[in-house]
Amino acid sequence: MKVTLFATCIVDMFQSDVGIATVEVLERLGCEIVFPTGQVCCGQPAYNSGYVEDAKKAMKKMIATFEDAEVIVTPSGSCATMFKEYQHVFKDDPVWRPRAERLAEKTYELTEFIVDVLKVEDVGAKLDGIATYHPSCHMTRLLGVKDAPMKLLSHVEGLEMQPLPNAQNCCGFGGTFAVKMGNISEQMVDEKVDSVSETKASYLIGADGGCLMNIGGRMQRRDKPVKVMHIAEVLNSR
Amino acid sequence: MAMKIGNEKFKDNVNKQMEDTFMRGAVAGAQERLRTRRLDAAEELGNWEEWRSHGEEIRQHTLDNLDYYLQELSENLQKRGGHVFFAATAEEANDYVKGIVKEKRAKKILKAKSMVTEEIGLNDVLQQEGCDVIETDLGEYILQLDEHDPPSHIVTPALHKNKEQIKDVFTEKLEYKLTSKPEELALHAREKLREEFLQADIGITGCNFAIAESGSVGLVTNEGNAGMVSDLPDTQICVMGMERIVPTFEEFEVLVGLLTRSAVGQKLTSYITALTGPRTAEEVDGPSEFHLVIVDNGRSGILGTEFQSVLQCIRCAACINVCPVYRHIGGHSYNSIYPGPIGAVLTPLLGGYDDFKELPYASTLCGACTDACPVKIPLHTLLHQHRQVIVEREGRAPISEKLAMKAFGLGASSNQLYAAGSKMANSVMKPFTKDETISKGPGPLKAWTEIRDFPAPNKERFRDWFKQHDKERDDA
Ligand code: SF4
Repeated sequence: MKVTLFATCIVDMFQSDVGIATVEVLERLGCEIVFPTGQVCCGQPAYNSGYVEDAKKAMKKMIATFEDAEVIVTPSGSCATMFKEYQHVFKDDPVWRPRAERLAEKTYELTEFIVDVLKVEDVGAKLDGIATYHPSCHMTRLLGVKDAPMKLLSHVEGLEMQPLPNAQNCCGFGGTFAVKMGNISEQMVDEKVDSVSETKASYLIGADGGCLMNIGGRMQRRDKPVKVMHIAEVLNSR
Repeated sequence: MAMKIGNEKFKDNVNKQMEDTFMRGAVAGAQERLRTRRLDAAEELGNWEEWRSHGEEIRQHTLDNLDYYLQELSENLQKRGGHVFFAATAEEANDYVKGIVKEKRAKKILKAKSMVTEEIGLNDVLQQEGCDVIETDLGEYILQLDEHDPPSHIVTPALHKNKEQIKDVFTEKLEYKLTSKPEELALHAREKLREEFLQADIGITGCNFAIAESGSVGLVTNEGNAGMVSDLPDTQICVMGMERIVPTFEEFEVLVGLLTRSAVGQKLTSYITALTGPRTAEEVDGPSEFHLVIVDNGRSGILGTEFQSVLQCIRCAACINVCPVYRHIGGHSYNSIYPGPIGAVLTPLLGGYDDFKELPYASTLCGACTDACPVKIPLHTLLHQHRQVIVEREGRAPISEKLAMKAFGLGASSNQLYAAGSKMANSVMKPFTKDETISKGPGPLKAWTEIRDFPAPNKERFRDWFKQHDKERDDA
């Protein structure tokens, strides 16, 4: 299957490894990956801060870049959610709304794509150790992808999953919230870090680069010996 | 007290509240308890999503036809001998109640829990008239005794207080001599309140839902105090927000089921009371005079706008009980009697952006509130909507942020700009980078790196890797 990759700006600029793992996992599953170089950011930072008009520029650019794709796959629940949000942003725009609707229909978050479209739950990955999984808010609640990551992780050889206490609580990232309301964000991320420590896991796994950057950055600052891994990297381990 | 409960800045409030380790422990504990109970109650009912949709429909239908149902309600209540007053503002509502108090020469007034009377600041007004106003809901009673400490939650107003603090308040104000056991405290309060019930001239209640078809006012309480407040005094006043209405008892039942399950995880609360006008000739109890005050106070200004759905709210606090921000900052930080996600949406609408424009930003837009709301108010979308109004319609955003977002719009829509920016990022950040980590960032990164590390930008962007990868693949 021909898969058009929406890497996300975070992966492009900060987490190449996650992008590489995504490509390698999908290729191993028989997909042919296309990467349109016109892709930029999905517009979420501006959009969530209330700058809808400024964000629309990025959105239009993304729609134009991806509209010829057969399927679009992205290793981020939050950015996939954003692609699906475009149709609401352009709801009163007769030209862009239909284009945004078509974009939404063919967009998948990585784990959702592997489980629901490729119908694969065991990707043949192998990783020894204890891990816990943080279900990111946009992916679980707004996109509704809850089970796919757990299904995939349950088949990773050697990996023991421990439940994360209060997993449903946000990690305190929230895009610009992390800097605008830094003091509140700190309390939230600290609680998350403490919950991770409680599990005694040596890996914290997630499916969203932003959240992992937040929790990982705080763990690093607090000298926690936990390795942060994007689920694509876990699935690419062997 | 009115809706606004303090004059401090949001940031200062938050910093102060976050120091309160007891409050934070209490809130976290309550959240975990209530979350489980709510989920269990929903599961036990079955088809929770269908019930939510049904609840949403009922509320939407009522709001879309609010004029009609308010008319029906007041006609039916008047037929039964009740008086109805429409108050456009808080002041009008307070003046009307004051008028009754004067006419009756009332001295002692009993109240059952009511958010809307707090919103309009009724207690202050009546106290200025020389009345003794007594809150009969245990939580509200404690707060009132404690020099009118503001509520921090819409269902359990004294959530921020522990039993030791409550004991101290009772010892000081009620000559209490026993321990801090919750049962002993509650019993003592009941005894004190019972004395008050018998001497009251006027009873004031709120209203969970008025029922248009019968002209009744429905009240849901845990303690049964609303029944006493509404039965014993000879004059009864009910104050309701103008949106708190349902067409018939059938819808009342659905919403009460959603309310009690969402609020405390119970099938039904202990007491549901329906008041329908003054007592009739055949009845032995009930008031001889009944007044319904329907309060607008900014609500009709919300109808028909993009924020209309906030009026669907049934004040169950489920959104507050799951909010990860409320969890850490508590109710008082919001400076409003309406805290948490519902408060962050409603308060700026009723109280204006001048005082409350920070509230819509006190959210990560994680959507937990939207998920929990039994009448499907898209709370996180409304918070986002506020941000858009603040930035784009009101132009209240800081100039530096505006410029940054303009630059974002440009950068994100142009290949050349994005490519240049992302390529340069690694070398630009070099001076701040050590071991692939930025621990003291410049500009907007400063706030981030105050508490956590930031990764250094990739030396090789993902797109550069892919280009190479693509080439190798083609060559192979
Ligand atoms: S907004 Fe929804 S969840 Fe929050 S108090 Fe109102 S009805 Fe309950």
